[in-house]
Amino acid sequence: MRISELANPSRFLRAANLAIPWLGGATVIVFAFAIYRAMLAPDDYQQGATVKIMFLHVPSAWLGMLCWGLMTIAALGTLVWRHPLADVAAKAAAPLGAAFTLLCLVTGSLWGRPEWGTYWVWDARLTSELILLLLYLGVIALWRTVEDPSRAARAVAILTLVGAIDLPIIKFSVDWWNTLHQGASVFRLGGSTIDPTILIPLLLMAAAFTLLFVTLLLAAMRNEILRRRVRTLRLLQASAAG
Amino acid sequence: MAATAHIEFIVAAYGAGVAVIVALIAWVTLDYRLQRRILAELETKGISRRSARESADE
Repeated sequence: MRISELANPSRFLRAANLAIPWLGGATVIVFAFAIYRAMLAPDDYQQGATVKIMFLHVPSAWLGMLCWGLMTIAALGTLVWRHPLADVAAKAAAPLGAAFTLLCLVTGSLWGRPEWGTYWVWDARLTSELILLLLYLGVIALWRTVEDPSRAARAVAILTLVGAIDLPIIKFSVDWWNTLHQGASVFRLGGSTIDPTILIPLLLMAAAFTLLFVTLLLAAMRNEILRRRVRTLRLLQASAAG
Repeated sequence: MAATAHIEFIVAAYGAGVAVIVALIAWVTLDYRLQRRILAELETKGISRRSARESADE
């Protein structure tokens, strides 16, 4: 099956029904191995055992940003190519992105209290991440406000494209401003500054979180397609009754 | 020791992680069941999409 054939919602549903159990199984296996490796990781020489919070914080931060990146591509799909699944993907992704961004902020606060002496500081990285969460909540609210999915999709697509400005601000905030948050330490010119005993569990957790995200996204897209079918049938029912 | 001094923050962070993941899985699972149930109820009443009727006729 070609990827373009998945543009048909019925074909997508069949493919999703096949893929979700396998992806779910792979997610459980990779998570089990990643958590095992994370628990065996040594304490950091500065952070001590609180480095283990990073195994949750960093992947959830990456996914929060990746999800908005996917929603940005979907927004282009809605506005430019009018792809039938683009707004389905965007709507399904928003709660997932909000959840991972919230987890990033919560775990960051729980790490910050013992390491920085405070749960929160109005630092550029933290503030831009909080703005990302507010953008997600705005997108979810917009989907719920406009009843017609195609009208809502266009409004959400525009908000998503505008909100994408926050992604480079989050990424480069630690370079552009004086921040309490540390600079890039995994993906940077000159290679990672993290010791492999901590880097490998971190990357394994990132792989597990990404698999979880893909599984949940496919499941949420399947739900959204079914929800639209319910809407169509209710409209047919109402017009038949009228 | 620093590890035991900060264990409550580590436990709270992993607790938050488990809560978020369980909530997301519950959301997609319950929503799937709800949509399937509503679709089945509507189809029981004889309401179906034109494309579904055409594929059933073939």
